[in-house]
This record gives sequence, C-alpha cells and structure tokens, in this order.
Amino acid sequence: MTQLALVIDLNVCVGCHACVTSCKQWNTSGEAGPLFDDNPYGRDPTGTFFNRVQTYEVGEYPCTETLHFPKSCLHCEDPPCVPVCPTGASYKRKEDGIVLVDYDKCIGCKYCSWACPYGARELDEKQQVMKKCTLCVDRIYDTRIPEDRRKPACVISCPTSARLFGDVHDPESDVSIAIRESGGYPLMPEWGTKPSNHYLPRRKTKMRIHEDELVRADNPLRKEDIRHEVSKDATLDDWLM
Amino acid sequence: MHPAFSVIFLTTLIGVGQGLFLALFSSQAYTSVNVLPTQPGDYYAVGGLIALLFLVGGLIASIFHLGHPERAWRAATKWRTSWLSREVIALPAVMGLIALYALVNWLGLDYDLYGLGLSGQVALSVGAAGVAATLALFLCTAMIYAAIKFLQEWASALTVVNYFLLGTASGFTFATAYAALRAPDLASFYGGWAIALSIAALLTRSASLFRNARIKRVSTLQTAIGVRHTHVRQRSMGMMGGAYNTREYFHGRTVAFLKSVKWVFLILVFPVPVLLLWAGLANASTALLILAFAVQYLGLLFERWFFFAQANHPQNLYYQVVG
Repeated sequence: MTQLALVIDLNVCVGCHACVTSCKQWNTSGEAGPLFDDNPYGRDPTGTFFNRVQTYEVGEYPCTETLHFPKSCLHCEDPPCVPVCPTGASYKRKEDGIVLVDYDKCIGCKYCSWACPYGARELDEKQQVMKKCTLCVDRIYDTRIPEDRRKPACVISCPTSARLFGDVHDPESDVSIAIRESGGYPLMPEWGTKPSNHYLPRRKTKMRIHEDELVRADNPLRKEDIRHEVSKDATLDDWLM
Repeated sequence: MHPAFSVIFLTTLIGVGQGLFLALFSSQAYTSVNVLPTQPGDYYAVGGLIALLFLVGGLIASIFHLGHPERAWRAATKWRTSWLSREVIALPAVMGLIALYALVNWLGLDYDLYGLGLSGQVALSVGAAGVAATLALFLCTAMIYAAIKFLQEWASALTVVNYFLLGTASGFTFATAYAALRAPDLASFYGGWAIALSIAALLTRSASLFRNARIKRVSTLQTAIGVRHTHVRQRSMGMMGGAYNTREYFHGRTVAFLKSVKWVFLILVFPVPVLLLWAGLANASTALLILAFAVQYLGLLFERWFFFAQANHPQNLYYQVVG
C-alpha cells in the first residue's frame, strides 16, 4: 500500500509563502478549472486556496520564537471527511491514499468541511463544489514532465527544501526516514484521523558537556606537581629542591 | 459554526411536520379503541396534508443549502456511511407515507386486516409505518450533527433527544390549534401532550446548555500545531481578506448577542407557548392556540440559530488573528 504525503520541516520553513503562490498557480491553471478569486484587486479580496502559511509566536517576550506553519490537507489515513459525504464525491484513492473530491459528483452541501477538524476544505464560491489539496495529482503522474519534477508544486517551489514528498508507508523513503529520525509528528492526534502529512519540529543543535570534561582529571601537570610549599623563612634550599 | 437559514428552516419545518403527523396518528389510534371521540377521515387527511406541506417546505429550504441542487439525487447513494445520505432517503419516505396516510383517510379505505373488528386498521397500519419512518428521520437529522465527534457541543445523545422533543412539541402545539378549528374534542388531548413535551424539551435542552457550558476542549492550539509550550499565539492566519475558513465556521456575532439569543429562545419556546396553550384550552380560544404555535415556532428559529452558532469548530484554532 502506498500513502503519498508531505513532510514539512518547521525547522527550515522561513514563511515565504512560495508554496502558497505556486500551489495557487498550478491548481488554478489545471483541467479542473480555476480556483475562484473574488475581488482579487479590491478592498476585500478572497478566494479558494489549498495551502496557507501561518505564523505563530511561541513563548513570551523576550524569550520568543517565530514559527511559520504551512497548512494544507493532511490526507488522513482515516479521513473523517470521506464517510460523511452523501454522494461519494469525497473519496480516498486506494492506490496512493490521496483524498480527493469528484467535482462532478459534489452537491456542495459543505458537510465534509464540517467533518474536517483541520479546516482543510474550502467551498469554491464560483463552482459551488468543495475543493482541497490534491497533492497535485495531475502533476505527479504526468509522464510529459521530467521525472525529477513530478512532485507537488509546493515541494518544487520551496526555496529552503522544507517540504518533502513521498510514500510514508515505505519505511525506507525519505519522508519515512525524516519522520522517524527527526521527530515527525501529526496534527491533532486526539481525533484518531491518522494524518499522513507530518511536521518536523523546530530543532536546536545543543551539546551537553559534563564538568568532568572541562577539568581534565588525568592532567599530567597535576600528577607530576612536585612543587612544595614555601616556608616563611625562605632558605636557598627551598629554591634548589 | 455559521448558522445557515436554509438549514434552520429545514430542521424546524420538518420537525413540525413530523410532530404533527405523530399527533394525528396517536389521536387516531386512541379513537380506534374509543378512548377519544371518532373523527371523520377528512380530518386526518387534511391534517396529514398540512404535515406534508411542512415537510415540503423543509425540503424547499434545504435546496438553498446546496451548491448543486440538480445533483441532489446522488445524495441517496452513501447511506451506508453518511447520516446525511440516510436523511435524504428518510425524508421522502416520511413524505410518501404521510401522503399515503392522508389518502387512505380521505378515501375512507378500511378493511379488517387483522380480524380485530376495529375500524381504521388500514389507516393505522400505514400510519404505523409512517411513525417508524418519522422516528428514523428524527434520528438521521440529529445524528448528522451528533456524529461529528470534534464538534463537542453536538456530539451528545442530548442532540438526538432535543431534536425529537422540540419537533414533537411544536407539532403537537400545531395539532392543538388545528384541532381547535376542526375537532375541538381533541384539542385538550393534543394540548396536554404539547405542554408535557414542551416541558420535557425544556429539561433536555437545559441539560444540553448545562453540558455545553462546561465542555473541556480536547483540541488546543498546542495540539493543533504540535508545539508543547504554554504560551503559543497566532500572529498571522496567512491571509488578510478572509476565506471560507473564516466565513463558514464563525457566527460573526458578539458573545452578548449569543447570550441574548439563548434567553430569547428559552422564553419563546417553553414558558410562553405553555402559558398560551393553557390559556387557550381553558378559554377555548383558537386565537390563543394559534398564537402559541406561532410563538413557539419563532422561538425554535432562535433555538436552531443558537444550536449552530454555539458549536465551536476546532479549525477555528487556526484562524484567530488577521495580520
């Protein structure tokens, strides 16, 4: 079984929104039609996006840390949005685990978006169907694209390589190794959705040094210290010994 | 959640229709064993037709909730997993059985089906199937909300109980007003049950308000982004213009407004209609009984608005700060 997913390294993400814009560009240009934008140059622009980068502040001033947090569909292994769909428009692909919406079957009842605890789904106001991240399903299998470019648009565009893409069911894949060795974690594990996408935490390189290591116990100077205390009434012998 | 008027009207209107049908059926069942005075068939036929109109009204309201109503037939396909799909099947089933119940009563079809020598066996048999479908519809409607486990205000058996009791209370209140016009002998039967159901609904709805005021949130900002620190706050939700995420899951009103709606519905749904029912029955005043239903239905619109607005979706953790 294959389960394609993203692994997002929060230690590396700089919050540049390149993944947001490249995602929008790719997915608004595809065969499924544009991602609706309402009033894009006006006072209150709004529109459909599959991916957002949010920013959080961890800690209290002055000990704070900025965390940039890209957020998209997590392609859960047990997606709560799929069984609630009354038409079967929302489905999880058996072959690669991608959660998709069949735009031709969706009736726009919004129930799946209520059933997603992450808010990963958006109703397209123009087409009146539910939309969400497709892991660029129209790109990753396209044989006209050079093989090394057959990845989601967000992964290709990330300037810091904070986004990894691969099969999380293959224990030797890059993403599985990253999750295993760099502390990858899922979001809101409390709901049992088993998100496929994982996040790698902020990491700090620290060295733990024990006091013993600072003071050499076997310092030869200490071993061979043959000096004697000097008596108050110093004689020449004191210096000659 | 953002309360959608289509769903508010859908759930309240079909609640009245289902409750009215249960009232008609129960009175006809009582008359067949001579506990209540017998009524002509057209009384139940017209009553059934009115119940059907309430359900049709709810169905029309639901169309406004859909982005593609022309594809709504597809919604019957996933009944194995989706309560919404089950509702889509149960609603026309209830409508069909109520229509058949009305027709049987209108035509006066009767036959000694079970050899009991009692009248109205055909109508009551169709009606019993209608009751089963009606109860199933109450369950489906409520479970649509109660089945979403992370909407903690809804994920409770009280949601099912409240949908049933509020629907039947309003239906029996309507039946009281209808009987006052067509069959005054039955008004006190319906009225008594309407009062009892309203009081029972007050108790269970209060229980859910009590429960919801003390909910311990399972998801926090810490679990949402996976950072273990007591001080985490959002600085930017990643956009400034708003999106579906900021429109669909927030009611957009103040806490004071929400609180005031709660008191409005607590007064309009329970004490006022109960007093009006009591006064209307005591004085045999049809006008007061009609007013009782009007007030209770208006109150139910507030109740349903509050039901949706109070539910706090965990995705809101990700959409706290513009900037």
